[in-house]
This record gives sequence, C-alpha cells and structure tokens, in this order.
Amino acid sequence: MLKNFFPNKILSLKHETINILVILLLLILAFGLSYALFLSPPDYIQGDSVRIMYVHVPASFLALGCFSFLGIASICNLIFKIKFISLIAKSLAPVGFIFSIISVVTGSLWGKPTWGVWWAWDARLTSMIVLIIFYFAYIFAWKVIDNFDKANRTTSIIACIGLFNLPIIKYSVDWWNTLHQPSSITLTSAPTIHYTMLIPLLIMCLAMIFYTLVIFLMRYKIEVIKFKINKKKNYK
Amino acid sequence: MLSKKVKSRFFLFLILIISLTLLILFIFKSLEKNIVYFLSPTEIYNQTNISSDKKIRVGGLVKKNSIIKDGDKINFIITDLKKEIIVSYTGIIPNLFSEEKGVVAEGKLKDKKYFIADTILAKHDENYMPPEVKKALDKTNY
Repeated sequence: MLKNFFPNKILSLKHETINILVILLLLILAFGLSYALFLSPPDYIQGDSVRIMYVHVPASFLALGCFSFLGIASICNLIFKIKFISLIAKSLAPVGFIFSIISVVTGSLWGKPTWGVWWAWDARLTSMIVLIIFYFAYIFAWKVIDNFDKANRTTSIIACIGLFNLPIIKYSVDWWNTLHQPSSITLTSAPTIHYTMLIPLLIMCLAMIFYTLVIFLMRYKIEVIKFKINKKKNYK
Repeated sequence: MLSKKVKSRFFLFLILIISLTLLILFIFKSLEKNIVYFLSPTEIYNQTNISSDKKIRVGGLVKKNSIIKDGDKINFIITDLKKEIIVSYTGIIPNLFSEEKGVVAEGKLKDKKYFIADTILAKHDENYMPPEVKKALDKTNY
C-alpha cells in the first residue's frame, strides 16, 4: 500500500486511472449534491439554510485532516529525513488550504441568518483562522525558499507548530463557551443529527475525500517530476 | 535498528513537543477569561467585582414564557437552569431567537440580575432534524 506512494511508482500513474477517479468523483458528487440540496428535508428551526452544512462540515473535516497529515509527515521528515514524505505533504497543502477557506466562508454565510452576525471572535472561529494562516505560511515558505533542503526544514517546522492548533480547533467547542455549536457527530455517542440529514452529509464527505485524492495524485506526480528535474540540474 | 542520529533527533523532538504542550497549556489557562465567548448567569452571579462600564456577553437559554415585547423593546430572561438574568434590549432580533433556545446577549450589566443588551445573537445547538420528526418528538413528550 505505502509502496505505491514511492516517487518512482507515482510516475507510472496513468491518465486513465485519474480519469476513472474523476468520473467516480463526479458521480458521487452529483448524487450527494442532489440528495443534500433537494431530497433531504429542511431543518426544524434553521429551514433551508441547514443545507450549507453539507458543504461546510466535509470541508472543515478535510481541512483538519489534510493538516494533521502535514504535521505527522513533517515530524517523520524531521526525524527520519525521508524526502518523499515532504513531497506528499507539499502536494496535499493547497487542497487543505482551499478547504479551510471554503469552511470559513460557508460558515460565515450560515452565521448571518442563524446567529445574526457574519463573524464572531469565538474560540472555534478564531482557531480556524489560525489554521488558514498556518496553511498559508506553509505554502508560502515552499514558494519563496529556493533551496530544497532549507525549504523542507522550514515548512516541516511550520507544520509541526501548526499541529498544536488542531486539538484546539477540535475541542474548542467543548473546552470553552463558544457561539459555535458543539459537534453533532462524535465517536463516543449517537449523532444528534437525524439520519435523513446524516446520509447526504456522509456522501458529501466521501465526494470531497475523492476530490482531495484526485488533486493530490495529480499534484504529487508533478512535484516528483519537478524534484527529479531540479536534482539533475544541480548535478550538471 | 534506528541509527544513533535518528534516535537523538527523536528524543530531542519528544522533549520539544512535551515542553511546547506545557507552554501552550499554561498560556491558554491564563487566557481563559478572554477565550470564553460568553458568561453564564451563574458565572456572573459568582463574580465578586462586576463593573457596569465593561462590555460583556451573557449566554444561556431563553426562559419559557419570559419574552415581553413592547414595540421595538423586548425583555426576556436568560437562564442556565440554575441562575437567571433579566435582559432588556431594543432593536432587531435574529430569526432564530425563540423560547427555550440558545441565545447570547452582548452589552453591559446594570447589576447581577439586570443586563442591558445592545446586540442579540441566536445560538444554534447541535441538533438537526426535519420538522416532522420534531413534531413527532413533541407529541411523545406530552
């Protein structure tokens, strides 16, 4: 399984494989979106604005998920010095960045009709902004530092520090009073969300996971090619 | 077997992570007052020095049958099921503001029992369900 992500393996990734994944993604997305936007019922107090949740929750989930991978990969990279791990992390960062922005924007759009304000500086919302800043710093550091080893070190340290922010985001709604509601889906207890809304939510999650996978595979291949070209240049 | 270099890096990392975790823990512990978005009526009741100039937020549930509307003016009671506080507010209230639902009021304390709000935010809880299910649930409860 892990061997498939080794740099030489990814280069043999065919266009057809990606095309199949894209078709699968489009099918799941079409099904998920029509279920979420038309077939699922409105909420008993929020009405139709509950439908924003079907994009907001998966986007936040993946923004956190991608960053946890970035952090763990960076720790492995700093300790064991395996270069392809940082290439994986580097190709995963832009997807996570976009998802964190989507999460904040959709959350804000939902906040206005529900809370009555676009934005509040509560713990959950603030820590999410901090996550966006970490993503930005991570991507920016890769862009501006030319030397690969230096960039690798700097970005890994950024991701490691950013890792501390993740439990703060996750548990902010439990540790402190926040305007943001606590999680509806937890590992320990039954979800407080009705199954007619839970199913489309899970389908949308799956669709966005597929999206992340497709973008990641495409980027990772490009990053490996770029890395090899740069290596050759340095030898000449 | 791990090489000596990897081992030393691993332990350096472990020490760094533990000390950073402690540091962050202490920072958040000392900042707790600023992180909480609102205070509950009980927390306000327990506070010894309340100032009527400082802007604060009070949150809890809107007590049943406590909303009194008079034109633009609205009075209601925020409760955390232990202590209560009367809130007086003039202006537009959010759509989701209703009895027995979460609310956060922003404004100034007059005293421990009376709060003058200049902004009202509706707080949504973690329950999501279709209207029919809610109706069925209400029926079984009565």
